Amino acid sequence: MTVQSGAFVSFKEVQKSYDGETLVVKNLNLDIEKGEFLTMLGPSGSGKTTCLMMLAGFETATHGEIVLDGAPINHVPPHKRDIGMVFQNYALFPHMTVAENLAFPLQVRRMSKADIEQRVQRALDMVQLGPFGGRRPAQLSGGQQQRVAVARALVFDPKLVLMDEPLGALDKQLREQMQYEIKHIHESLEVTVVYVTHDQSEALTMSNRIAVFDDGIIQQLASPDELYELPENAFVAQFIGENNRLVGKVTAENGTHCTIDIAGNAIQALAVNHAGVGSVSTLSLRPERVFINPGDGLCPNVFDARVEELIYLGDHMRTRVNVCGHDDFIVKVPNSAGHVHLKPGETVKVGWQAEDCRALDAPAEAA
Amino acid sequence: MKDVLKYSSFAFAGAAAFGLAATTALAETDLVVVSWGGAYSASQQKAYHEPYMAKNPGIRILNDDSSSEGLAKLRAQTEAGNVTWDLVDMVASDAIVACDEGLALEYDPDELLAAAPDGTPASQDFVEGSLMDCFIPQIVYSTTFGYRTDAFEGDQPSSIKDIFDIEKFPGKRSLEKKPIGNLEWALLADGVPVDNIYDVLSTPEGVDRAFAKLDTIKDHTIWWVKGAVPTQHLADGEAVIASAYNGRLFAAIEEEKQPIAMMWEWQVFDLDGWVIPKGGKNIEEVKKLVYFATDTQRLADQAKYISYGPTRKSSAPLVGKHAELGIDMAPHMPTDPKNAAKTLLFNYEWWADHRAELDERFQAWLAQ
Amino acid sequence: MAQVEAAPGIMTTADGQPLKLSLQRALRRSKIRAMLLVAPLFLFILVTFLLPILDMTFRSVENQLVSEILHRSVPLLQQWDEKTGDLPPEDVFQAMVEDFKEGRENRTIGRVGTRLNYEVAGMSSLFRSTARKARRIKEGPYTDALIKANKRWGDVETWRLIKRESGTITLSYYLAAVDLRFGSDGSVQAQPENRQIYVKLFVRTLWLSTLITALCLVLGYPISYLLATLPTRTSNMLMILVLLPFWTSLLVRTTSWIVLLQQEGVINDLLVWVGIIADDARIRMIHNQAGTIIAMTHILLPFMVLPLYSVMKTIPPSYMRAAMSLGANPFTAFMRVYVPNTVAGIGAGGILVFIIAIGYYITPALVGGTSGTLISNFIAYHMQVSLNWGLAGALGAILLAIVLILYLLYDKIVGIDNMKLG
Repeated sequence: MTVQSGAFVSFKEVQKSYDGETLVVKNLNLDIEKGEFLTMLGPSGSGKTTCLMMLAGFETATHGEIVLDGAPINHVPPHKRDIGMVFQNYALFPHMTVAENLAFPLQVRRMSKADIEQRVQRALDMVQLGPFGGRRPAQLSGGQQQRVAVARALVFDPKLVLMDEPLGALDKQLREQMQYEIKHIHESLEVTVVYVTHDQSEALTMSNRIAVFDDGIIQQLASPDELYELPENAFVAQFIGENNRLVGKVTAENGTHCTIDIAGNAIQALAVNHAGVGSVSTLSLRPERVFINPGDGLCPNVFDARVEELIYLGDHMRTRVNVCGHDDFIVKVPNSAGHVHLKPGETVKVGWQAEDCRALDAPAEAA
Repeated sequence: MKDVLKYSSFAFAGAAAFGLAATTALAETDLVVVSWGGAYSASQQKAYHEPYMAKNPGIRILNDDSSSEGLAKLRAQTEAGNVTWDLVDMVASDAIVACDEGLALEYDPDELLAAAPDGTPASQDFVEGSLMDCFIPQIVYSTTFGYRTDAFEGDQPSSIKDIFDIEKFPGKRSLEKKPIGNLEWALLADGVPVDNIYDVLSTPEGVDRAFAKLDTIKDHTIWWVKGAVPTQHLADGEAVIASAYNGRLFAAIEEEKQPIAMMWEWQVFDLDGWVIPKGGKNIEEVKKLVYFATDTQRLADQAKYISYGPTRKSSAPLVGKHAELGIDMAPHMPTDPKNAAKTLLFNYEWWADHRAELDERFQAWLAQ
Repeated sequence: MAQVEAAPGIMTTADGQPLKLSLQRALRRSKIRAMLLVAPLFLFILVTFLLPILDMTFRSVENQLVSEILHRSVPLLQQWDEKTGDLPPEDVFQAMVEDFKEGRENRTIGRVGTRLNYEVAGMSSLFRSTARKARRIKEGPYTDALIKANKRWGDVETWRLIKRESGTITLSYYLAAVDLRFGSDGSVQAQPENRQIYVKLFVRTLWLSTLITALCLVLGYPISYLLATLPTRTSNMLMILVLLPFWTSLLVRTTSWIVLLQQEGVINDLLVWVGIIADDARIRMIHNQAGTIIAMTHILLPFMVLPLYSVMKTIPPSYMRAAMSLGANPFTAFMRVYVPNTVAGIGAGGILVFIIAIGYYITPALVGGTSGTLISNFIAYHMQVSLNWGLAGALGAILLAIVLILYLLYDKIVGIDNMKLG
């Protein structure tokens, strides 16, 4: 079996079914580079965790092949895969001290006592828990336990580290801090990480690339900025960041651009992923790309909007307006010097560029 | 500390007392009669209690099936100073203990018990040795042998020696797990004349001799504790010879039609009867009940329902047919002359002295 | 904040009360309520558990009977020197005859006989027969009259025994409970070998209980693991099967064991039919120690499974996965990660099964055959048949002491805090 050079981990036409009737993972193809931080992002039930478990060896693929470092691992038991894993609830062994937890993978590899001690101490220092080796996991805070779990997954220098929603149990502030710590550890150790989460901001913060899962399929695989700026379908646009969604019919197509008719308004949009003239398409438009009362001729799309609601959020005003028959259209008005002051009930003009407005596939419920 | 004793004993007896005390107010007099339960209590109910209540509407007899723990509970009640039982059915050996412990009322047979229809006083009418200080005899039952009729070709076991003859009658024996009876049988099988049994057993050599005889069948013996077990052993083929209460054997042979026959030689007689608790609340009423329940006709009536023999000589001719099976009961009585050619009656006094010691020795022997 | 200035060092509430006092008052009500809630159970345990235990323990040394009933002769006996080998003087005999007359009147003399018969066989009938004859003894010399009534009164040993057992407290029950006795010279000696039974029974009881506990663990552990890892619906079904023994009466169970296990039973029939054993080599699985072990293991298995199950249920499956992802093979992962986390359940189940097993007696008596008798059978025997409650109390107290010692050992080795009953 020859493997493409460059791909460190690769899923080839992998399928997984639990009950023999429905596929949880449908034909997955995914290559992960060495040293990469790849995040599998998706709602629960999207198949992301199943993929991770197949990679770890706790689930077997129903079909297809998984390759790690040039060798197929479908039939390699978990304990021989040399993959470190951080679990959702850390899975620290409660009957062992922190140091014993860290020493465990080294002991089962029959390392010498001195080596073990040295590595354990180094790993503890790495996660700033040097003095805590003698404690039991239950005596540590959630954040500290999290760090121990990360240290344990790394202490034996695994080829690959898997993290299954490791920050889910932490509060928001700690979660953000840990995101940076994990990112820094990844950068300094240059280890390959596959990370599973349903939290998009976590994914955006940490990853080199993000695979967005839905319905057992990777909807889009791209870097964080690309994913946000250039979503390829309605699901990704909706799932990543805030998004205005307008549904209409494609009336004309003109190379890279097209025209969509929404409630009698013709909107100029970037043709990305629609099914051709006459089909239903979802327009995706980020709230921060909408201008209030744009200068004449600046935007190809300018419409009347009635202000429905204003929410003060400090750095910006979240403004809900009614545009083209959609009353859930959000505009972010920056709280910059001299910005317009709006009042509910007032009618204003809103406008946006055709490049910021992406014509995507029909929404799932309309398809 | 005496109080502690008193009250905790009260707690021990409490369970029994509580349920019964609640019902006392209903009839004029309630008599709590303690017996063994099952078929035996049923036979007493039909032969004694029902006719007595029919004659005496003011009396109600309440049954309590606690005889298997009769001694312990009676002692607890007496210590707590709250005796709720009026009449207790006991085997003779328990009655002796109860009497020694001062738990039971002593009585004069000719005063308490009815004379025979021909005028013979009670003290003459009851089987010799059955009347004791506190014990009012009721039935004679015997522990005897049953064997499977399909187990041996040719000769069938017919003597006590055959029971101990493993060569001639191979197969498992099922014996009661206590020394009483087994030791006597062992000596009889070893050739000790019946009159000398207890003299021999009174010497250490005699006890050794009995155990040595038991040793010869020890490996071929399974031991029973509950009375229903030995006939079950025979029915299942687990044992080919078993010692059992004659009533149980009767039921297995006549009611269940098992391929079992009885071997009456050296059946061991035991007595079962009434004891009137000292300190009971209705002693005068109970005495009237006992007078009625132990008269010649009543004792003969009981044999209609269960195959145990009446302790009055005058009752024997009156024993009729089984109430349901319709068979003549007399030939099934342990006291029937044909069955009673060779019988042994326990020496209760002797066992009262030696029981504790020999029970321990017996268990030690079993454990070897 | 301004009010907290009253006295330096003492915190006070807004109205100047010391804070501690105020807190106590606030807590008192909830304390009283807590105590009231506990009170019924406490009383229940006191009356049904602690008092009977105290009572039985008291009885195991209590010995007022002899001196109470023989109240004339016992004080006189104290002046008699039993070492000379001479019979007590005439006045002791006279007092004894009077004690007999009174004891006969009160129906109490038999109890002395029964009591002394525990020590020396024959005392029971001695007292019974003497009591009948004593009322005819009208005048002295009482020594001759009493000896004429029963020649054992002429034996110095009889008097030595009465003197020895006339104290208000006796150790003879405890001695008997460990196969010892007082010799005629008052020294402690071993029981004759063929009566030594209790030590053997204690050892057997402990050994069988340990074995049964171990068997329950070996059989119960995999079942508990299965129960804890299966989906709820399946595990509920299995749990019902595990609990089934609880719901059937002892007699039904005993009968079914006999049907299954006896030599003409189902299992033997099957083995013979399959040809594994010959018809004349049927295996004995009941009416011997094997029967006791099988039956008791069956009965006590749920007591092992339930605590194990409840502990295993709390162990996340991720522990095993984590251990394997860290490089441990399934066996190592199981032994080093899973098993240590079930120690609490093993301890709880083990103690539960062991303590119940140590006190079991009905089942062993029914299916145990010759070698199935346990110490509790003898406790029951002395409670119910021989009425020797003193010996029953001594045996029970020793059993209780053994359990307590084992419990303390367990606490020392494993730690009782680690126990988890569910």
